[in-house]
Amino acid sequence: MSYKGNFKIWRGDDESGGLEDFIVEVNEGEVVLDIIHRLQATQAPDLAVRWNCKAGKCGSCSAEINGKPRLLCMTRMSVFTEDETITVTPLRTFPVVRDLVTDVSYNYQKAREIPSFAPPKNLGLGEYRMKQQDVERSQEFRKCIECFLCQDTCHVIRDHEENKENFAGPRFLMRVAELEMHPLDTEDRVREAQDEHGLGYCNITKCCTEVCPEHIKITDNALIPMKERVADRKYDPIVWLGNQLFRRGSHKR
Amino acid sequence: MKAGVGAPGRAQMSERTFRTDRWRTYPITTGAILLFFIAYATVRIFMNQWYWAPEEHYLTPLYSPCLSDSCVPGSSHFGTPLPEIPSFIPMAFITFIILAGFRGTCYYYRKAGYRSLFLAPAACAVPEPHKKYTGESKFPLVILNSHRYFFYGALIFALINIYDMVLAFHGKDGGIGMGLGTLIIVINVAMLVCYTLSCHACRHIVGGRLKNFSKHPLRYRYWTFVSKLNARHGQYAMISLVTVILTDAYIMSVAAGWITDLRIFN
Ligand code: SF4
Ligand code: SF4
Ligand code: FES
Ligand code: FES
Repeated sequence: MSYKGNFKIWRGDDESGGLEDFIVEVNEGEVVLDIIHRLQATQAPDLAVRWNCKAGKCGSCSAEINGKPRLLCMTRMSVFTEDETITVTPLRTFPVVRDLVTDVSYNYQKAREIPSFAPPKNLGLGEYRMKQQDVERSQEFRKCIECFLCQDTCHVIRDHEENKENFAGPRFLMRVAELEMHPLDTEDRVREAQDEHGLGYCNITKCCTEVCPEHIKITDNALIPMKERVADRKYDPIVWLGNQLFRRGSHKR
Repeated sequence: MKAGVGAPGRAQMSERTFRTDRWRTYPITTGAILLFFIAYATVRIFMNQWYWAPEEHYLTPLYSPCLSDSCVPGSSHFGTPLPEIPSFIPMAFITFIILAGFRGTCYYYRKAGYRSLFLAPAACAVPEPHKKYTGESKFPLVILNSHRYFFYGALIFALINIYDMVLAFHGKDGGIGMGLGTLIIVINVAMLVCYTLSCHACRHIVGGRLKNFSKHPLRYRYWTFVSKLNARHGQYAMISLVTVILTDAYIMSVAAGWITDLRIFN
């Protein structure tokens, strides 16, 4: 079964651009990335798109399809009807390079701002011992393929360019949570989550969770638990009083 | 400088969103439910009557516990430490503060409210109308971090509701009895307990705050249990909201004599 599908693809660069109409053949079992490739092969050889694995694992092909942040390679054409016009645009939170390719360096900048894993000093390589139930929570976050769809959809930076400086975004707040929950990490990351990485900007509206292609429960399992840890530390008057009286730096848990 | 998706350097498009699905449904329906509940609760707490059905021993959760000298006979299950309350003040103000505070600071209701009442954002990848946004990082929204105190309060109120539920198994001729109202109360209490226990603060307190689950096997079990409930927290939040309204409306109708309670036995 094949049919002619209607597409609107954004083309342009950081100065100007707009949607262009295309009619492209669609075959059974195809994904949106197949259509983009067919477009390149037949009508628009200079159409820029970033992709790599075509298996939903490299996180390169992020774009917005009918206004929703999605992976081009994991969006089946069968979810659309044959007469539907499908709009494909680049991510709208990051600067565009050309056509469907955006400059996602904001994310690498934010990644660098998070202090790396800090194992206990007295442990040598090969001496890390952890129980499965202790690493489970962090493991969920390790499924991340760094597609940055969550970063793209998060209204804190999508709708407010000026917040980029102060907000690490769901992907990197989740990285903080991953390390904070790691049984062998010795850094205290709670205060920084709020003060340096902007956890307080998140209003738990769960769009990051909604778009994550790895189905990571970012809000429920990373962001809210971090908010609760911050509440322990910063907004719990009893803990605060205890700290004032006994000058405890950090809790041993 | 144009804000948001129109910021310089980003791909320029005139449309705010290209979403073609029915993204307006969630904010509109949720907003309507929330506004209805706020209106209902406001009207109801100022009524200061029809909260106790004396023959059936039904006490509405919105007025429980009844602690002042203004309470009608029989409705104070825990005595009346408070003096008479002027009729223009809601006599159940303590209950109201705790329960409204609990729901108002709940992570789920925050999501629901931000999306439907504040449009921040109304739906994912749909631009919000606000010029500036600091979320919960600054006053006043930073106060929402007090959620866990309301959770402690709500836990006590859940226990009180359970006690009220036991008393609702009262026969009209004395002894044990059961009516449609009893059934409604039982369902409501079950939903309130699910809602309260599935709370994110509860999940954190029972075990989530630990770094090493293996050192605390019992708390790990609690955490695992609460985590299972927690996955449905939003559903429990909405269901229990509806059951609370229905329970209150039913008890009000019985207490006011608009309807008679359907008795199952005695
Ligand atoms: S839940 Fe928080 S981090 Fe995730 S998209 Fe919403 S505001 Fe951003
Ligand atoms: S958390 Fe999910 S949406 Fe965000 S970058 Fe990782 S895989 Fe992508
Ligand atoms: S091409 Fe690798 S995720 Fe789509
Ligand atoms: S009651 Fe909803 S998160 Fe606590």
